[in-house]
Amino acid sequence: MPRFATDRLRKHSACSPDGPLVTSIQEGNRLVLAAVDRVAAEGGLSPGMTLAQARAMVPGLVVCPADPTGDAAALRRLAGWCLRYAPLTAPDVVEGGRSGGGVPDGIWPSGVWIDVTGTAHLFGGEVRLLGDLLGRLAEQGLTARAAIADTPGAAWAMARWGTPAASTEVTPTPPPPSRGRIVITPPSRQPVPSRHPIPPRPFPIPPLDAMIIPPGAQATALAPLPIDALRLPRALIDSLRVLGFEQIRDLTAAPRAPLVRRFGPLLATRLDQAHGAVFEPIIPLVPSDLIQARLAFPEPLLTAEAFSAVIARLAREVCGALEQAGQGARRLDLLFERVDGAIPVLRVGTARASRDPRHLARMLDERLERIDPGLGVEAMRLVVLQADPLAQAQAVMPDTGRDAAQQDLGPLVDRLANRLGAASVYRAEAVESDVPERSARRVPPLSPKPRTTWPADLPRPVRLLDPPQPIEAMALLPDHPPIAFTWRRVRHRVRHADGPERIAGEWWKRDGEMRSIRDYFRVEDEEGRRFWLFRRGDGADPDTGDRRWFLHGFF
Amino acid sequence: MFSTQHPPTRTGLIRDLREKIARIERGGAGAEAGLVACTGVPAIDHALPAGGLARGALHEAMGAGPDTEHAAAATLFMAGLLARLDGPVLWVLRQADLFAPGLAAAGLSPDRIIFAEAGRDVLAAMEEGLRHRGLVSVVGEVVGRLTLVASRRLQLAAEQAGILAVVLRRSQGFDDPVLSEPTAAVTRWRVTALPSPPALPHAPATPGLGRARWRLDLLRCRGGEPGSWIVEGADATGGLALVAEIRDRPAAEAQRLLA
Repeated sequence: MPRFATDRLRKHSACSPDGPLVTSIQEGNRLVLAAVDRVAAEGGLSPGMTLAQARAMVPGLVVCPADPTGDAAALRRLAGWCLRYAPLTAPDVVEGGRSGGGVPDGIWPSGVWIDVTGTAHLFGGEVRLLGDLLGRLAEQGLTARAAIADTPGAAWAMARWGTPAASTEVTPTPPPPSRGRIVITPPSRQPVPSRHPIPPRPFPIPPLDAMIIPPGAQATALAPLPIDALRLPRALIDSLRVLGFEQIRDLTAAPRAPLVRRFGPLLATRLDQAHGAVFEPIIPLVPSDLIQARLAFPEPLLTAEAFSAVIARLAREVCGALEQAGQGARRLDLLFERVDGAIPVLRVGTARASRDPRHLARMLDERLERIDPGLGVEAMRLVVLQADPLAQAQAVMPDTGRDAAQQDLGPLVDRLANRLGAASVYRAEAVESDVPERSARRVPPLSPKPRTTWPADLPRPVRLLDPPQPIEAMALLPDHPPIAFTWRRVRHRVRHADGPERIAGEWWKRDGEMRSIRDYFRVEDEEGRRFWLFRRGDGADPDTGDRRWFLHGFF
Repeated sequence: MFSTQHPPTRTGLIRDLREKIARIERGGAGAEAGLVACTGVPAIDHALPAGGLARGALHEAMGAGPDTEHAAAATLFMAGLLARLDGPVLWVLRQADLFAPGLAAAGLSPDRIIFAEAGRDVLAAMEEGLRHRGLVSVVGEVVGRLTLVASRRLQLAAEQAGILAVVLRRSQGFDDPVLSEPTAAVTRWRVTALPSPPALPHAPATPGLGRARWRLDLLRCRGGEPGSWIVEGADATGGLALVAEIRDRPAAEAQRLLA
């Protein structure tokens, strides 16, 4: 599907220790190299050589046993890390037999698929995205090659076999930002001996390692590549070689029917996948150890009501799994697998781990309008990207009543924060400060109950003016309340007053408050309104304040 | 079929019918809707059809005169009311001029309140809160007009959740006519500050500030009569008290005051 093109990017991770490093694996009754690092490769080593031969060729060779399971786990973690770039990533590994990981024998399976459809612009375009990705990987000591192309197959091929020259030729214009998948594919991955410090690579990475195939140009780009780039089994490649097929263009030029008859449908499928004639659907796999639920429909769905129903069901399923794992979701992706192969994604986050299906479903429902269902959605998948431990009983607001105590306020806080911004939803907490403006501070609404509270004997207004507003007041010095004051050109005669309450500046917080003093008065005017006034200074010593009056609040 | 508790007299019939209607109006929101928030003053509670401010309903409160802008007395009145309820409160602010220590002084502990600064989205945030059953009350500060449609939405949401919904009406103008436009709120209160007596009645010359004195006007009350009371303002637990002199006054004067 050319419109929902897919970019792929593949990454190769290899450490650069001081000496040449290889990993070895038992194959039959001999030890062969599984992976070689850059130094070793320069010495002429390549995977598949016997260890004895390698030792003879490169002196001082460091050999580690290969750890395919560990490599695969690390790759999955890397794929998880790549979620920063796009919601859909997948490790390119053989295990599990997924078609996206259909790697020819002999090539160590290591790579990450990233579907950057619609996310490249967040990083300032595909070029910058690749630069950022490769730079960050290099900082982690991973050398990588990356390619973005319309189809997973093409990206896979380019990342492993493509040359920058080929891609620059076919990249006359910067590609539009809304394309498909990337795969990162490291041709080999080696364990990083931690005692060797890894020199950081220059940033940004040379364009040599990043290739971008503009939309629709994959045929041109793929033509000169060797047939190894087609993700075919080694035996198949060998027999093709025997027949004289070296490059992909040889294969595309040859009549298809005899090829398929002789080599099976896989060859044709791979060719079509690379060229985008056949959509390759299974590539975007989120790391499989995440909690997720998927629902496929016999008929494509189009309406929001139907989506809501599915969301509710998926949420129930996911929450059941979360409960078993003792976890609550912090971040969720909802993937809509459309008829045409595109996979729009909704992503929501929660302020606190939650596994309330209704809450999660509602957060997703609220954003449903952002999804374009296209011609219909065949399946939906709900993935928990991030989960935090969550005990059976959730924390509730302190001091809650009998019926309310059972209710968790997390969902409400989430929705308000989603609507108003997280900083706008808060609780007030007492601070041990005499200065009124500082005596209350904002804390997250679900934080634990504070131990301190305000002293009950000090009257405080219910509305506080910030900043205090200057007033004109008449008062006897040094410590009498005002007889009358004028605020906003209205004169208020004071009938009753209480005070002063002397509040000294907190010199340990601000230098300017070394000697400053405020004298606060509660006053009531002839109408009965109550005000909170203060005078700067103690009324005698000019160092403590300039004796100006301010209105600070209302009772 | 009428309940057998009341003989089928005319008053009994009417009471039964009223209860039935109330049940239908509540839409089966459960027992919660039957609860009330008491003002703590029997005279006022008895004047309200529910025996207090009905939970599961929308109530309005506003200041008067120069206090229309800050509605400080109305805020304290409502804070005192909420102080006697149990459970978390969502307080939706237009801007952050509410001072939590002041609410605490009226008995409303700050760890019961979740503040939400909503700017122009006060009504939407209130509705969000009203859909959440964990709250006991949702307070919103609405500056200027509150339309019939918007208040109806809040009233319906409050009914369904059984939550006490309070709108503090504020306005830049003194006694803004916008505030007296009809809304769907069940009650509308106006809290006006009155001059308070000296702190020590036997020694009026002693400086000091006694308890605040308010006039509570029940301007509108669905299913009840409007009323007016003079009370002593919220104390440390939010409690009100009817001013003593009123009780002692001749009936004629009290009638005039109520009118």
